[in-house]
Amino acid sequence: MRLLSDSIGRKAVVAVTGLFMVLFVVVHLLGNSTIFAGPDGINAYAEKLHGLGPFVWAFRAFMGVMLCLHVIFAILLTLENRAANPEKYAVKKMLKTTFAGETMIWTGLLLLAFIVYHLLQFTVRVTPDIVLGNDAKNRVDVFTMVFTSFRITPIVLVYVAAMITLFLHLSHGIQSIFQTIGLNNDKTMPQFGALGKVLSALFLVGYSAIPVLILAGILAK
Amino acid sequence: MILDGKAPTGPIEQSWDKHRFDMKLVNPSNKRKYKILVVGTGLAGASAAASLGELGYNVEAFCYQDSPRRAHSIAAQGGINAAKNYPNDGDSIYRLFYDTIKGGDFRSREADVWRLSQVSNNIIDQCVAQGVPFARDYAGYLDTRSFGGAQVSRTFYARGQTGQQLLLGAYSAISRQIKMGSVKLFPRTEMLDLVVVDGEAKGITVRDLITGEIRVHTGDAVVLASGGYMNVFYLSTNAMGCSVTAIWEAHKKGAFFANPCFTQIHPTCIPQAGDYQSKLTLMSESLRNDGRIWVPKKKEDCTKPANQIAEEDRDYYLERKYPSFGNLAPRDISSRAAKEQCDEGRGVGPGGRGVYLDFRDSIKRFGENVIRERYGNLFEMYERITDENGYQVPMRIYPAPHYAMGGLWVDYNLMSNLPGLFVLGEANFSVHGANRLGASALMQGLADGYFVIPYTIANYLVQTKPGKVKADHAECRKSIDEVKGTMKKLLSIQGNRTPFEFIRELGLLMWNNCGMARSKESLTEAIAKIPAIREEFWKNVKVSGTGAEFNQQLENAGRTADFIEFAELICRDALHRDESCGGHFRVEHQYADGEAKRNDADYAYAAGWEFKGVGKEPELHKEPLKFENIHLAVRSYK
Amino acid sequence: MSAHTSDDKTMSVKLIVWRQKGPNEPGRFETHLAKGITGHHSFLEMLDVVNEDLIKQGKDPIAFDHDCREGICGTCSTVVNGVPHGGQERTTLCQLHMRKFKDGDAIYLEPWRARAFPIIRDLVVDRGALDTLIQAAGYVSCHTGGVPDANAIPISKPDSDYAMDAAECIGCGACVAACPNGAAMLFAGAKVAQFAALPQGQVEAPERVAAMINAMKECGFGNCTNHYECQAACPKGIDVKFIARLNREFHKALFKAKAGAFIPLVEGE
Repeated sequence: MRLLSDSIGRKAVVAVTGLFMVLFVVVHLLGNSTIFAGPDGINAYAEKLHGLGPFVWAFRAFMGVMLCLHVIFAILLTLENRAANPEKYAVKKMLKTTFAGETMIWTGLLLLAFIVYHLLQFTVRVTPDIVLGNDAKNRVDVFTMVFTSFRITPIVLVYVAAMITLFLHLSHGIQSIFQTIGLNNDKTMPQFGALGKVLSALFLVGYSAIPVLILAGILAK
Repeated sequence: MILDGKAPTGPIEQSWDKHRFDMKLVNPSNKRKYKILVVGTGLAGASAAASLGELGYNVEAFCYQDSPRRAHSIAAQGGINAAKNYPNDGDSIYRLFYDTIKGGDFRSREADVWRLSQVSNNIIDQCVAQGVPFARDYAGYLDTRSFGGAQVSRTFYARGQTGQQLLLGAYSAISRQIKMGSVKLFPRTEMLDLVVVDGEAKGITVRDLITGEIRVHTGDAVVLASGGYMNVFYLSTNAMGCSVTAIWEAHKKGAFFANPCFTQIHPTCIPQAGDYQSKLTLMSESLRNDGRIWVPKKKEDCTKPANQIAEEDRDYYLERKYPSFGNLAPRDISSRAAKEQCDEGRGVGPGGRGVYLDFRDSIKRFGENVIRERYGNLFEMYERITDENGYQVPMRIYPAPHYAMGGLWVDYNLMSNLPGLFVLGEANFSVHGANRLGASALMQGLADGYFVIPYTIANYLVQTKPGKVKADHAECRKSIDEVKGTMKKLLSIQGNRTPFEFIRELGLLMWNNCGMARSKESLTEAIAKIPAIREEFWKNVKVSGTGAEFNQQLENAGRTADFIEFAELICRDALHRDESCGGHFRVEHQYADGEAKRNDADYAYAAGWEFKGVGKEPELHKEPLKFENIHLAVRSYK
Repeated sequence: MSAHTSDDKTMSVKLIVWRQKGPNEPGRFETHLAKGITGHHSFLEMLDVVNEDLIKQGKDPIAFDHDCREGICGTCSTVVNGVPHGGQERTTLCQLHMRKFKDGDAIYLEPWRARAFPIIRDLVVDRGALDTLIQAAGYVSCHTGGVPDANAIPISKPDSDYAMDAAECIGCGACVAACPNGAAMLFAGAKVAQFAALPQGQVEAPERVAAMINAMKECGFGNCTNHYECQAACPKGIDVKFIARLNREFHKALFKAKAGAFIPLVEGE
């Protein structure tokens, strides 16, 4: 029994790390939603978060490990799978799988690129669009930073595209987690399937709402 | 020669136990020195190979399929009998013994049938331990059903796939031995000859079906479990690859062939739709519990849609002729009755070869849902093949060749007259007499493989020195040359007709002249015509490709050639047996009601035929059958 | 009365067939016309007609695997128009009938394609890898004889039915052929699930799942990515819940096998 070298063990690693990232995506969405409460909302939230000090770094490190494991094992499995199926059919009709299912490795890699961009932009804050400053209460003015960037149409397009990618990735990924860790049976299978669809749709709407509403001028200063 | 079945004497109840003690054993440390060749990996072959391997013998197993799991045992639907008496309904080993002897129309060996009944219980235990998911009741205990007219409920089943599940059990057992190295498997390998050295079976010549390589495997004993020969009728319920080849080649090397004319025709199969058809599909006989069988009274109605034929214009012929049994008349009787109706020109469907099996009245009485619950899978299967909805229009059924009771002659130890050659399952003749009861084929295959051969083979092996014959022995080389010669000849003829065309022609002749009803005239005619087919075959067959490659046409051609030779033997046996019994119906010998009229005074024996050359009359040897426990009586289903 | 009158009309279909002489020979598509076919012809009987024609023309007939022709032996193995067994639900190719096709249809025929199934000739592949999986652990290690009475251990009907659902697999390999990853998880899952549900099989459950997974890797099968193409192509409708069961049994074994000890993460137990 080998967790990291057996097929199912490797899949379990991808599933469990994926599960943690889904949980992160939930929490992150809740945190981001503070933007709807205006500068006071998100700036206060950001300050509280940063006040946690070492916990933030521990958390970041943990998520980094999750991400790395997820990516490494997903790539390994994909390479193995390609090798296991070297000759392609001239005609192949898929009966059950979805576009999302078939493109997991590509949506995954796109998301990885997006995560790098997103971290450089709003965490490391080195992209040219970033406006840094403090608000009236002398907190880091996250609101203005985000607001300024999301007034730029190409950036909003990138974000919306990324969220559609996330939707695709998770609409297959979430139900897949439960199958891989072995929780599916006759009853739970449709339930987990529905959960995956609802959650990924919620993420798409919730996350896209911020840049879209800002660009449209609905969410204003 | 009078054949000696070597059945133990004394009280039948102790016969097997006593015999087991009387037989010699092979020292455990010597077992690995003996090599046993097992041909065929169905229920009998796989269970034998697994059990022998487990005992420590060095086993080589051969099958023509790509995996042991595909042997045609897998297609058995109904179930497997055992005298467990779990339902407390009066079953016993003695009753199963009695039913089997009577059902076989008193043409089987008592001691063999007793042993079969006795070990039937061990089979169920064995299969459950292997993880065979038999049907169970809500308390978690094994469920049984009644089958084939038995008055007790003794048939264990796994949905409609009992054969599949039992075979997968035996397959798992042989797989375990393969992993442990005690059994070596040769899939896609067909036995084409038996090597006999000094009168004893010491090897087989095989063809590797992928590379075409012809080679000899030598051993200290050969076990044939190669199944039945019903494809001699071309259209049968057997798989396409089922052939007589292994046992026919053994027969040509001296093994006696017993009772080849005892063939079983199953009444509820889906009729043939056209000349191109390659096989017939069986539907469980249980359909007759709720379906009514009829044909139109008037010939001109036969082409009309069934639902437009008025009630008074329908002839429920089974209910009319057998008022007490009606639609549940035994297999042979209802098969013959269907043929009669069609011969009179009142058959329905393509070619007039079919009778209606009508669920209209049952649907009216119980509702479609109840019928669907009982037979839903069968209705689906019927619709898949015929594109007709059996709930709306009556199904059409017709009898089809199904099972061979005859086979190589074996004694009580399952050894043929050639020392060292053992024959198991459908390939031998021993327990079913002239007619096999439902759910007994699976029982026999596993009994022979798990619980008989492991004991009886030792008694032979202990008297022989291991490794006597090597692959370079003159007989081995001769056998290889013979097989190569046959292959070469088949490929060199390059005539105008394919092997398919020959087997079709032969099958039609056999079906018409030696099928459900046989007469002196029909059999004499067949015996006159078969040599002409044989000669034509060897002059005009066309086989494409070469011998040194994967060549399915060459396989077919070889099997067809053997079937043509064998067909003559069936007809001769059927002609010589001037009585009707079980599956062998001679129109000259019947009671007024159409029941088979046996002739115990002259024919209470097993007929073992000795090969005397192709086209030459074989020599008959008789094994008289003694009935000391069950009295000979007329089999009545009134 | 019935459809068998309309099925009597004859039709022609164009077959685009994969031809390959041997495992290491190059393969290519060849086109053949199947003429005089009726709706009653099974798919394989249609191939019989084409082959008879080819033999008479002195050409090589199309090699294809088949045996029982009643949907239970699992021998037939051809991908028809991109779907193993041709795509009629819960139907093997031998039970697919030509009435599902129209006059003039072009039909692609390809062998099962996966690294674990090398091509032998034309549409015939070597599925020995599935036997290897069973040989690895697809059994209960009981001896012939020496087993308790069949009714000694009651098994609940739901457990027994569940085991039977899993045991219906005919081992045809359509799941592998349909899988974009050439994985045999449905095949292995069904076997593991069957035994995991029965008391007789539970004794060896951890060893079984470990051996099966190992054998799958050694045979060159891929990994599951939960597309469920296998279930869709399975002629017996084996459910992917058995793959979930396989996964669950793996995780159980992972912890059980070395309870209280170090759980090895990589090679070498």
